[in-house]
Amino acid sequence: MDKKIEVNKFDFYYGDFQALIDLNFPIIKNQITALIGPSGCGKSTFLRAINRMNDTISIARADGEILLDGKNVYDQDVDVSELRQRVGMVFQRPNPFPQSVFDNVAYGPRVLGTATKHELPDVVEKSLRGAALWDEVKDKLKSSALDLNPGQQQRMCIARAIAVQPEVILMDEPCSALDPIATLHVEDLMRELSKDYTIVIVTHSMQQAARASDWTGFFWLGKLVEFGGTHELFTNPKQELTEAYITGRQG
Amino acid sequence: MTAQQGVPSPLPVDEAPPRPKREIVIEAFIRVAGVSTIIIIILIFAFLLKEGLPAFFKVSITGLLARRWYPIEDMFGLLPLLVGSLLVTVGAVVIAVPLGLTTAVFLGELAPPWLREILKPVIEVLAGIPSIVLGFLGWVVLAPAIQNMGAPTGLTAFTGSLILAYMALPTIISITEDALYAVPKEYRDGSLALGATHWQTIYKVVLPAARSGIVIAIMLGIGRAIGETMAVMLVTGNAANIPSLSDGLYFQPVRTLTATIAAEMGEVASGSLHYNVLFAIGIVLFVITFLINSLATWIIGGNGGRRRGGQI
Ligand SMILES: Nc1ncnc2c1ncn2[C@@H]1O[C@H](COP(=O)(O)OP(=O)(O)OP(=O)(O)O)[C@@H](O)[C@H]1O
Ligand SMILES: [Mg+2]
Repeated sequence: MDKKIEVNKFDFYYGDFQALIDLNFPIIKNQITALIGPSGCGKSTFLRAINRMNDTISIARADGEILLDGKNVYDQDVDVSELRQRVGMVFQRPNPFPQSVFDNVAYGPRVLGTATKHELPDVVEKSLRGAALWDEVKDKLKSSALDLNPGQQQRMCIARAIAVQPEVILMDEPCSALDPIATLHVEDLMRELSKDYTIVIVTHSMQQAARASDWTGFFWLGKLVEFGGTHELFTNPKQELTEAYITGRQG
Repeated sequence: MTAQQGVPSPLPVDEAPPRPKREIVIEAFIRVAGVSTIIIIILIFAFLLKEGLPAFFKVSITGLLARRWYPIEDMFGLLPLLVGSLLVTVGAVVIAVPLGLTTAVFLGELAPPWLREILKPVIEVLAGIPSIVLGFLGWVVLAPAIQNMGAPTGLTAFTGSLILAYMALPTIISITEDALYAVPKEYRDGSLALGATHWQTIYKVVLPAARSGIVIAIMLGIGRAIGETMAVMLVTGNAANIPSLSDGLYFQPVRTLTATIAAEMGEVASGSLHYNVLFAIGIVLFVITFLINSLATWIIGGNGGRRRGGQI
């Protein structure tokens, strides 16, 4: 089992407020890692630290290392644009651009220049197939992405993310705006995607973490309380706090 | 319209409680205001048609499209005036739109917050400068400067374009910046997370998403400028001639449609042919404005930036 990402003594601050405290854990390649924990414990902050989306917040500051294939993403010589291409992200609320389905999925390859004009239709089709959406939208590639239902929009955002051929996909509560059936769709899709990609998902649903992930990390007030195999963590938690949280007595 | 108060309510009395008197009065007032506004607009238009339409028959379309405007000898060719308006307005658009958009992008996306806090109110104050003051500045400062550059006179189409552009700029900048601000953060995040740079994000996501707001900004800015008459009259030299390409298109005096009405309306005898033709010019202006508005609606209504984001 290869480590795709290694987190070493990682701290994160918003101004004087320390949002993440001394994180140390691995993220295993081609597997699904779920992060759980109560609201405000720093799950999103950690996710956005990996692809450096927090750079846009002026008061934010990181300390320690997040190694992607052994290379610290906070090193001086890291090209943030290239980093974000390698580490894609799917957001809590589906965020299609107000453009056509095709233009949405083609957006990444276009701006990054990873596909020529002739290759684009193929890339778009492959990405939409990869996101299990092709059959539903193949006849409306030219219509606005805003006309899709939320579940389809979220899968289109996943297609948009995989169109730039990332290595890691970060998902921040990707199902919170979806109904149960669309949620199952996305979970099946994650399982499928984990063959080719390393996936990190933040979720508020214990069931989802238990169902859909291989590894689980439990965050509490900026600290990683427990990390382990999902089955192990849910059936035999080592920390009392973890047990209290997953059984619903805490949080 | 107080009679309306006596009209029985259409709802069964035992279901709806009696409506407070205040509400009935307010509603009646709003209705009167709304209806009378529409009536006034219709009356204005009817008056314009009544006074202007005869000109189209008496002078004939070919007469109106002739190249010479010389009312004293009953020569009513509108072409020089049309060309004058076109030159001045197109010049203003060409100057104001790129300048306004880039300034708005700088303010909204690139400038540090403290600079934006200073510049935004300053620009809004500029929008409040009375246009005649700008015309005066154009006459005293701009025209001599342009003459120094080698034009035979400083009162030219170009001078008019500059003044109009300056008048349109604050509106374009301020409303475009609002439209950029209204673009949801999720769009930017989505683009950045794919590896797009800040600039690519602005260019490919933020600007298109704000498109309808930007079109409105341009329309309002240019609208303010087109309707403006006096300032333009001061600086364009007011010669009803068609500038020739060979003599430097933009560096010759012109006269606009609006300036013609303003300059001559005071001197014509009511009901004379000249008088009718001035109203006909009003109709022409009306049609032009209508076409431009339709164009803008069409641009805004196209697919893309609808429903979410960017609209104001
Ligand atoms: N831009 C910011 N500036 C300042 N503080 C922030 C910022 N974003 C988040 N925080 C703070 O950092 C802490 C962690 O927030 P974060 O969004 O990472 O939590 P979360 O675990 O994702 O919560 P949720 O489950 O509600 O999404 C919170 O206390 C939050 O108030
Ligand atoms: Mg969160």
